[in-house]
Amino acid sequence: MKIKTKIIHSGIDKDPYTGASSIPIYQVSTYAQEDPIKLGKYDYGRSDNLTRHAVEEAVANLEGGIKGFAFGSGMAAISSVFLLFKPGDSIVVTEDVYGGTYRVLNTIFKSWGLKSIFVDMSEPEKIIKAIEPDTKAIFVETPTNPVLKIIDLSAVSEIAKKFNLISIIDNTFMTPYLQRPIEFGFDIVIHSATKFLGGHSDLIAGIVVVKNEELAVKIKRIQNSFGAILGPMDSFLLHRGLKTLAVRLEAQQKTAFELAKWFVNERGVKRVFYPLLDDHKGKEIHIRQADGGGAVLSVEFETFDIAYKFMKSVKIPLLGVSLGGVESILSYPSTMSHASMPEGERLKRGISNSLVRLSVGLEDVDDLKEDFSSALYIALSKS
Amino acid sequence: MKIETLLSQAGSKWDNRTGAVSMPIYQVATFRHPELGKSTGFDYSRSGNPTRAVLENILAKLEGGAKAFAFSSGMSAIDCLLRIFMPGDHLIVTEDLYGGSYRLFEEYKKLGIDFSYVDTSSWENILFYINERTKAIFIETPTNPLLKVADLYKIGKIAKENKLLLIVDNTFLTFYLQKPFLFGADIVVYSASKYLSGHNDVIGGILVVKDETLAEKVYFYQNSIGSILGPFDSWLVLRGLKTLHLRMERQCRNALKIAKWLEHHHKVKKVYYPGLKNSIWYNILKKQSKGFGAMISFEVESASIVPAILSKVETFLFAESLGGVESLITYPYLQTHSAMSEDLRRRLGINDRLLRLSVGLENYEDLINDLDNALNVG
Repeated sequence: MKIKTKIIHSGIDKDPYTGASSIPIYQVSTYAQEDPIKLGKYDYGRSDNLTRHAVEEAVANLEGGIKGFAFGSGMAAISSVFLLFKPGDSIVVTEDVYGGTYRVLNTIFKSWGLKSIFVDMSEPEKIIKAIEPDTKAIFVETPTNPVLKIIDLSAVSEIAKKFNLISIIDNTFMTPYLQRPIEFGFDIVIHSATKFLGGHSDLIAGIVVVKNEELAVKIKRIQNSFGAILGPMDSFLLHRGLKTLAVRLEAQQKTAFELAKWFVNERGVKRVFYPLLDDHKGKEIHIRQADGGGAVLSVEFETFDIAYKFMKSVKIPLLGVSLGGVESILSYPSTMSHASMPEGERLKRGISNSLVRLSVGLEDVDDLKEDFSSALYIALSKS
Repeated sequence: MKIETLLSQAGSKWDNRTGAVSMPIYQVATFRHPELGKSTGFDYSRSGNPTRAVLENILAKLEGGAKAFAFSSGMSAIDCLLRIFMPGDHLIVTEDLYGGSYRLFEEYKKLGIDFSYVDTSSWENILFYINERTKAIFIETPTNPLLKVADLYKIGKIAKENKLLLIVDNTFLTFYLQKPFLFGADIVVYSASKYLSGHNDVIGGILVVKDETLAEKVYFYQNSIGSILGPFDSWLVLRGLKTLHLRMERQCRNALKIAKWLEHHHKVKKVYYPGLKNSIWYNILKKQSKGFGAMISFEVESASIVPAILSKVETFLFAESLGGVESLITYPYLQTHSAMSEDLRRRLGINDRLLRLSVGLENYEDLINDLDNALNVG
């Protein structure tokens, strides 16, 4: 089955009870049992919920994993995966990882005894150098957030195998429609489902997909014991949003690429970050491992002043945190996605104060260009 | 099985697949057929939806009717009900009814259905208006906002003797307190946005009909016009129903305390609450209802203090609607009954000094203190 069909008919896509063409929302906490000893498959909503299972199975199928787990947020998903490790373990992490991941590693998991080693993974040799005797996993984001560096999935997964490490990837920016890391040998795929999977900026959710049964049992135990599950209504909305993933992403990345090329030639722009641009260092690797450039690009302006005035003057995109929705969203990483990173760390990762991130939505590309053009004009005119 | 048991387990035993004790929300448009010519009982959600069906069934059972139908609002329920009449038909309706119903009736007048607005709190008036074209009596009791009570027993007899349909808008009391079918009513109408759901978070309407023949007619119109209640809202009403008995009891009790207190406030000229022993409606309502409801209207000494009262209340929310867990205060003259002509409002007693309370689940002393502060500023 092709991925576009899989997106529509993945896992539990019909209700065997009534034939309903969408999964019912099981807004329920407990299940009546027929027998006090032999409990049914369903006994409590934290452990099992059919609406949640439907979306878990759908994403697992798309990623090519054996099991999916839905959490209350992307961070709940990521944190639940980190609970696989024990005090004294260490993990090698992509240097310019999402600020929320950086924060949870550097505060909660650090004080609890899990060591994180941050590495620029665009050069795989650096990963090998960073591995310590207690290292148990490699955690990857590609493209990275917000400067869209590309990491070679095959290379990382080979290193992981060689050193017997669990390979984990946050696949939020690409989604399984564009990039399926399990095909490259990854063990665990994580999503902030709030972004492209949900796609409508109307829910907060996270997903974990695992490659093998052993990990499935472990993650299930963590999900059930800690209980950071996704509720039924949000599970339903996520499943609903998933159905348009292909059409949304295709349209969004087409516009994103066009805007990226357009920004390159604009005055006041110092640099544009988008994986398919010719001057992008990781372009070749990205094309090899993904089916498109995605819908996120970052623009570095010549000065903070231009960036600031630009953000103040745009009218169509909304200014705010998050990405992946049907509306274009303009973010300022310094105060938003990467605010939890100290300024020194930010600058080291290329996140300057004149860098702006754009998540491209479904608006008309000409409207967006016109809006950006007039915002730039205002930003560049002497006040 | 008692009403409380039925309420608290509404929809709890429907799903045999998982045993889920809460009714699943079938947020769905269409249903797969097992094979050609066969149906699971559900084909298309306008025609029937499992979540809505569970709500409709429990309401039919609790009200004591053959079938119930859920609509997207109280007004769309009444609209669907009016479709069973033909141009030339005549209805006798309560004169001080909800402003939205009044507006709708006036629309139907243009289509050739005739309405006589009558003070149905004295049944003799109804007899006077019956003619050969009269097909139905539509009453609200207690009325909105003056809480006049109609004698259901007497009016039920009149309807039967004259072969008229008796339709009762039971929104203010609900079947928990008052069951119009026991008195010969044929159709019971609800705005489910009020006590049935009870949380000020749903807009919905219900029709319950007593016999199958009438049910078929109403279903035909519900399905043809399609102003159905959606699955999620159906589920919320179902969820709200589970506490109906608790809410009604507490809200009635709070209302009585507040009504008694209002009677003695120097800025309050008149209190309308049928549960006050000196109310002319006390005895009749006691006969036909298990309780007096949680709606109170009262007149203050002058219209000039109304704006200050409405801006000063803090616990009471100044908002339209009623029947929720939060207490609301409304100014019928400009809000719920603004669709009525000045003349009619004046004749009915809906003047610019009248305020209406929907008493919620808050602590009654807090509510009284809030009103006291507001009245003293006003």
